[in-house]
Amino acid sequence: MSAVDSPTSVGIVEPKKITFEQPLRLVCGQTLHSHTLVYETYGQLNPAKSNAVLICHALSSNHHAAGFHSIDDKKPGWWENYIGPGKPIDTNKFYVVCPNNIGGCDGSSGPNSLNPKTGKIYGPDFPLVTVKDWVASQALLAEALGITYWAAVIGGSLGGMQAMQWSLDFPDKVRHCVTIASAAKLTAQNIAFNEIARQAITSDPYFYAGRYQDHNTTPKQGLALARMVGHITYLSDDAMREKFGRDLRADEFNYGFDVEFQVESYLRYQGNTFSDSFDANTYLLMTKALDYFDIAKDFDNDLVSAFSHAKCDYLVLSFSSDWRFAPERSKEIADALIIAKKNVSYAEIVASQGHDAFLISIPRYSDIFRAYMNRIDCDLLSAPPAAATAPATATAVADISN
Amino acid sequence: MSLNIDLIASWVQEKSNVLDLGCGDGELLKTLKQIRAVTGYGIEIDADNITSCIIKGINVIEQDLDEGLNNFAAQSFDTVIMAQALQAVHHPHLLLEEMLRIGKECIITFPNFGHWRVRHYLVRKGRMPVSKFMPYQWYDTPNIHFCTFKDFEALCFRKNIHILNRTVADRNNIPRQWMKLNPNLLGDIAIYRVTR
Repeated sequence: MSAVDSPTSVGIVEPKKITFEQPLRLVCGQTLHSHTLVYETYGQLNPAKSNAVLICHALSSNHHAAGFHSIDDKKPGWWENYIGPGKPIDTNKFYVVCPNNIGGCDGSSGPNSLNPKTGKIYGPDFPLVTVKDWVASQALLAEALGITYWAAVIGGSLGGMQAMQWSLDFPDKVRHCVTIASAAKLTAQNIAFNEIARQAITSDPYFYAGRYQDHNTTPKQGLALARMVGHITYLSDDAMREKFGRDLRADEFNYGFDVEFQVESYLRYQGNTFSDSFDANTYLLMTKALDYFDIAKDFDNDLVSAFSHAKCDYLVLSFSSDWRFAPERSKEIADALIIAKKNVSYAEIVASQGHDAFLISIPRYSDIFRAYMNRIDCDLLSAPPAAATAPATATAVADISN
Repeated sequence: MSLNIDLIASWVQEKSNVLDLGCGDGELLKTLKQIRAVTGYGIEIDADNITSCIIKGINVIEQDLDEGLNNFAAQSFDTVIMAQALQAVHHPHLLLEEMLRIGKECIITFPNFGHWRVRHYLVRKGRMPVSKFMPYQWYDTPNIHFCTFKDFEALCFRKNIHILNRTVADRNNIPRQWMKLNPNLLGDIAIYRVTR
């Protein structure tokens, strides 16, 4: 049996497309007069429309979160480990929606779309989009799909930021927010890594100020370099040591500058594969969206005051070896939610895989995620429990007075 | 180790806000939620216990009590509970101070090391007591700060902690009238309700 036929996979899926003709005013001040979202859905929306779950993707992923696009598809969607029949996000129970965000390069409006004003592709002229804009656009999709509220909005990394933003921008439309390996805002170090990535792209001689398509080329080297830097930060020191150590491709040193260590070969491969399939302008936009995100900014930089507007319950997860989105950043979120008196659970999963852990099948992560999602499912089925008011029958207290 | 949940519940106000330090599998909070409609959080470090809490729909925060409770605001909970964990933390006196800072009232239960069976074991065998109730060897035990009922009283006195209720119970968490005769000798488990 191939992976496509696996009973725990959603199997063959087909992306859908929707175009919104109404204007979308963006945080940067510009307006998209119309925009298109490409998205996938898995499972069935129940008659009560109460089982919809929104998956928000991270920096370089897209709407293809689970399943396969064809029988011959080698790789499933990016969150195949967690979405499918019987998986933590169980498609037998939930109607799962995953859009590609605007600014992306996989079918939603972005730098490669046609600019209606010029009739040419936007390229670098596509406006800078923010997490808030993505949420606004995802809200239009929800409306179009007849979803009045999400049972859960879920995301890892940049996706977790969108999930949190949803809980503040549309408090009545979110019941649960699951934010994994994320942060309330990026640290200086994190922004610094993004800046290196952008510099790598913009200093590529084939970048042409973002108009590389006009020159029938792409800043392939720059984008590959950006991805290589990113990739290192998504792994942990231990994970890299475990995977590559100091293994050589040949038996001995060559005393040259060509690829010698396995880790070099791996990074080059990752960089090149990525730059073949991803758009440089999109990468620039996505890293800026990360940098700009600061959920407390509109609330006097007070995270507690920000979350006091939320009405949903939260699950916050982090991974011990994640240094790009360290556990401390997730704990900050959980602590602010506690002070804001919101329902929240927090766990730090021991994992050696670094930031990438949120994509990987890890037993404890899977257990907690499944337990939380099952809980959501139980809450959907049962009416809200009536507040128990019966006084407890306390046993006689043997109060000992000195 | 079972808890006298009914007794603890009788000390917890309806719809109050409760913090349970070392909440285990969340059973106490679940019961308090059911019969007292409380809100609140459990603090736990054990992975399986954390998952159990989530299955029960209990808010649980993974946090090590030995690393402090700085993330909780002063007087932000009606009741802070710590059941059978005092003896397992590095700095019981500091944690007690923290509990009183965070909670208006605190409920603490701990095994009484002054119980006659413990004393008897030590006198007879001259070795640290190991029982079904306390199954660990001295070198490999989470219980690093055993104390007696009297020791805890002395600590409360020194720290000006006001004792609202005190009771002792047997190993099944049942308080017995005759234990009043000499709680430090006859009680297996000490149960305190304190405030500042």
